Amino acid sequence: MTAPDVQGDVRDRPPVTERRLHPVTPLRRAWAPVAVLIGWALHDPDQAQRQLTRLTTTTLLIGLAVLIPAAALYGFLTWWFTHFAVTESELRIRTGLLFRRTAHIRLERIQAIDVTQPLLARVAGVAKLKLDVIGTDKKDELAFLGAGEARALRAELLARAAGFAPETAHQVGEAPSRQMLRVPPGVLAVSLLLTGATWGWLIVAGVVVPLLWTATHSLWTVLAAAVPMLGAAGASSVGRFVAEYDWTLGESPDGLRIDHGLLDRAHGTVPPGRVQAVRLVEPLLWRRRGWVRVELDVAGSSNSLLLPVAPRELAESVVARVLPGVNVPPREAFARPPRRARWCVPLWWRGYGLAVTDAVFATRRGLLRRSLSLVPHAKVQSVRLAQGPWQRARGVAHVHVDTGANKSVTAHLRDAGEAAALLRSQAERSRTGRRDARPDRWMA
Amino acid sequence: METGSPHETGTAATSGPAVPDGGEPVWIALPPGLLRMRRLLLVVWLGLLTLAAGLVPGLLAGPGWAAFALLPLALLLWGWVLLERNWRSWRYAERADDLLISRGVLWRRETVVPYGRMQLVEVTSGPAERHFGLASVQLHTAAAATDATIPGLDPAEAERLRDRLTELGEARSAGL
Repeated sequence: MTAPDVQGDVRDRPPVTERRLHPVTPLRRAWAPVAVLIGWALHDPDQAQRQLTRLTTTTLLIGLAVLIPAAALYGFLTWWFTHFAVTESELRIRTGLLFRRTAHIRLERIQAIDVTQPLLARVAGVAKLKLDVIGTDKKDELAFLGAGEARALRAELLARAAGFAPETAHQVGEAPSRQMLRVPPGVLAVSLLLTGATWGWLIVAGVVVPLLWTATHSLWTVLAAAVPMLGAAGASSVGRFVAEYDWTLGESPDGLRIDHGLLDRAHGTVPPGRVQAVRLVEPLLWRRRGWVRVELDVAGSSNSLLLPVAPRELAESVVARVLPGVNVPPREAFARPPRRARWCVPLWWRGYGLAVTDAVFATRRGLLRRSLSLVPHAKVQSVRLAQGPWQRARGVAHVHVDTGANKSVTAHLRDAGEAAALLRSQAERSRTGRRDARPDRWMA
Repeated sequence: METGSPHETGTAATSGPAVPDGGEPVWIALPPGLLRMRRLLLVVWLGLLTLAAGLVPGLLAGPGWAAFALLPLALLLWGWVLLERNWRSWRYAERADDLLISRGVLWRRETVVPYGRMQLVEVTSGPAERHFGLASVQLHTAAAATDATIPGLDPAEAERLRDRLTELGEARSAGL
């Protein structure tokens, strides 16, 4: 399409204006040397004390006089040499003091955009902006930008990615968002209390700590064992509460908006048609209340949570919005593996199930903690059938469906004939399913 | 975003969704070069091991201990048979819209990769493979779990397959 007018393009292209990050950026790594010093002092208190007494005021002053300007210069130079620019089709990031690095990120390949504000960044009024494209890494985030600038840049990137005319892209502004769902803090707190992980860690700590104490009578051993366990319990309860607090799901022409966080605020945007797979997870203790957790897979993105907790009907309506034309099949629609599968996976074979509709490949697994995975046919990258010797003796096989988010959804222990037919028909369905998928530039 | 020209969609429609290409796909087996190479490597390595296992204990501890050589020898014979069975199990089929690869004797694997999903087709050939005039074709999709590799092809066939797959991939290309 663009091949004939490439020459014209080069001539008429408006000059690319390069921008720098927010001036507070150099302070971003300022805490690192301090942290190293504190870590060293904690690790070896006696040694630190001795070294401190040996320091005279002059050596201290000389040390500070050298260190502070050097650190400041390094911070300043890295900031000075980092540029970014938005062109018609790309976001370019140029960085590096000694080793130059230029990243060109194609906008129509954007899978998601995240704007995050850690606590200190909120105080300073700045934000990080990260584009999720397959293959980008941590270095390709823009940290930090002014909070307003980050929002404007996100709107502009989305407008360009959506296919608005380049001249008007920066005037389009932020697409209006309509709130779909907000998780009340009380529900979130109760749901986390009903999660097994926290209690599991607490119980383990409650058993291990007294045992260790009676065995060793050494305070340090007990602390070394107890602190990580309590830390894990805290991370899975308080940590998750803080991260998932005020979870708000919005819908806009630019796709899903996911805002959350108590101390660190995060604002994610997933453009339409980027969701590769959705999972509904139902822990045992949530079942009585009819709550589920909704996770989603987006290619190249690290965050995978769509809803920390929601009633099932609400979650299903959200899934229907996220994957247009997809309805979550009811429980009865899932076909269990044949009875002889119990020789391959005793007891748990009852948890497996498969349902294939016109729009989606859905599998179910788990007896206590139920999980339901949905892959739209249009997102299937490849289909695999696998059968080991033991399974062959029982006449069953697994069918794996691979999605673009580098995850697989597996239909466990299907009847061998059914699995072979499924392999063929799934390939056919995913081919026809792709035909009416939406274009990459969703507004074009 | 179209999956192909009208002509191609027409043929796809006539072939029908249930039995594409009118029945069983046309399977292509691997040429015997791969089996020859693997067997030679097996004989060289396990032959050396047999010699070592026979000679070292035989000379140091007495001739009776040379019976240790039977172990790698048995392994060699077993591997000889196993390699053939494994080589026979490999086969692939180019259908109108996807590539089928089937392999494995005990652990059977069958992979279907739609042409439109291919991101990259690679022809590789290591030093041993080059010596025997062999090449492998590897298909990459956006999912790393897609393990679609066809080893031990004739280089000309590998290149033909690569070109055909690339061509078909472009015609039916689709995003993520």
